[in-house]
Amino acid sequence: MLRYIAQRLAQAAVIVAIVATITFALIHLAPGDPFSAVMDNPNVSETVRQTLRAQYGLDRPLPEQFVRYVGLLAHGELGWSFSHERPVREVLGTALPNTLLLMGVALVGSFVFGILIALFQVSRRGSVTDHVLSGLSLFFFSMPDFWLAILALLTFTYWLPIFPVGGAFDPVMHEYWGLGGRIVDRLYHLALPALTLMLLASAVVARYQRAALLDVLPADYIRTARLKGLTEPEILRRHALRNALLPIITLVGLSFPALLTGAFFVEKIFSWPGMGYAVVLAIGTRDYPLVVGGVIIGSIMVTLGSLLSDVLYALADPRLRSR
Amino acid sequence: MPWQTQDFAAASGPTPQRESPLALGVRNILRKPSSRVALFVLGVIVLVGLLAPLIAPYNPAAQPDIVGLKDLPPSLAHPFGTDPYSRDVLSRVIYGARLSLMIGILATIVSLTLGVAYGAIAGYAGGILDAVMMRVLDAFLSIPRLLLLIGVLVAWPRLSIGALVVFLGLTGWFGLSRIVRGQVLALKHAEFVTAAQALGASRRRILWRHLLPNIVSPIIVAATLGVAHVIVLEAGLSYLGIGVPQPLASWGNIIQDGSDQVATLWWMSLFPGLFMVLTVMTLNILAESLSDAYERRR
Repeated sequence: MLRYIAQRLAQAAVIVAIVATITFALIHLAPGDPFSAVMDNPNVSETVRQTLRAQYGLDRPLPEQFVRYVGLLAHGELGWSFSHERPVREVLGTALPNTLLLMGVALVGSFVFGILIALFQVSRRGSVTDHVLSGLSLFFFSMPDFWLAILALLTFTYWLPIFPVGGAFDPVMHEYWGLGGRIVDRLYHLALPALTLMLLASAVVARYQRAALLDVLPADYIRTARLKGLTEPEILRRHALRNALLPIITLVGLSFPALLTGAFFVEKIFSWPGMGYAVVLAIGTRDYPLVVGGVIIGSIMVTLGSLLSDVLYALADPRLRSR
Repeated sequence: MPWQTQDFAAASGPTPQRESPLALGVRNILRKPSSRVALFVLGVIVLVGLLAPLIAPYNPAAQPDIVGLKDLPPSLAHPFGTDPYSRDVLSRVIYGARLSLMIGILATIVSLTLGVAYGAIAGYAGGILDAVMMRVLDAFLSIPRLLLLIGVLVAWPRLSIGALVVFLGLTGWFGLSRIVRGQVLALKHAEFVTAAQALGASRRRILWRHLLPNIVSPIIVAATLGVAHVIVLEAGLSYLGIGVPQPLASWGNIIQDGSDQVATLWWMSLFPGLFMVLTVMTLNILAESLSDAYERRR
């Protein structure tokens, strides 16, 4: 088991190293350099640009730059954000907890909700309810993240003003509330973005879990359980679900890229001060180091996500646990 | 058991003419009412895109009266309203269908070609080359596609549509190539391949004539899903302002035009979005129906 985890960790490290190489290639294949982008400003003279390039080592030969870049990355240095005038590490560092909070709530919520929907559907398989729910989950599955977020914003902040328009807390009152009030305020602001992201992700989970449940139903042990006289809900819960949960663990890892992408749009639309929001703003200001930093951190999150789900799978599957 | 009572003649003789994957898929789509409806709806949207110049009531880029005709809510003259530049949103949605579908199809062709080539080479070569190619693939797969594209598109500002298609295609083949590699790996030691090798067929001939025709079905499914995926991605990128450049209309950048005033200009996000969901949903239904057909045959 430990050996398996070590193996997977080494694999993850290799992946991150290749990702770093890809982003380096991306930066250097692009026309111009970070300084020509920020300095479209004609008032900045060529000598200033040259000085900046020298400062950042951009006038050195490529292999040397690559070694430098990898060295800095290994120390967690992601460069300088021009628009924030702060290191990228700091900008993303303050934003990351918000993104993790949003993604975490949506991840847990979507798996619970999605699995419940699937169980409900399978218990009434073939009925009208089953078909309607299948149609609905396909509908949400097909919905572009940003469009659902816009609709949610329109519906629940303008037409039915139940939720706040955006941000992570009330900009004026937050300071004056006590701890309880602040927590309530935070949750109140988290609710709509998290629900939106959850809805998007649970459509995938429900579709996947329904198929997984239907896959195990013809198995012999289900027939045995039925012959023993167990009721249908008992069969579903104790026999079918337990076995159909295994493939869903893989989905935790697979859902990370989609969840992250969804979080980007949700954060932008609800002005949620996370990593996605920072990167989307950086697109507008052409703050390239911040964008690349976001790509790297995002990829590391995805790699860790799939690592986590592989380890969970190995722990949950008794056939793998003994190894 | 001394003798396996297998159907020896059938196993060694010429394989009976099987229905081609495409024909089988189409037959299965037509059999089910839900996928029949999906096919019809998608057909209508494709037709709308193809005939855009004939159907669209206005020029999608024309700004007839930037003061008097801007931000109009839906009315008889402008069923989908007008945008802040006084352009007719219905016409832009119609032209958007044309562009979004075209980008989806072209980018998918690019990614299919790359995915099949990469996967087939890795699977057929095996050994160290395969291992290295798969690790590189893992790395690409762990960069979220949208993020990768944002990185590329921010570095190359002001891209043409052609370049956008290429980049969308370049970032879309990772998943498929893994499927193709798995299939090739599984079939590599099948008896008909050994037979072809024994007859002196070249590696290229074996790949082209014997292996690839056997993996057409997953490729068709991946292509259908791929088009849907690209449409959503392109819309997302255009919504962020780094996809399709103005004044061209794509579903994403129509929504972007209204995103500063989502509440007042609700028609600018609602209508293009509905078209987008309809397209993506029908493609997903078709893909599901196709993969059902292939799984049942197995």
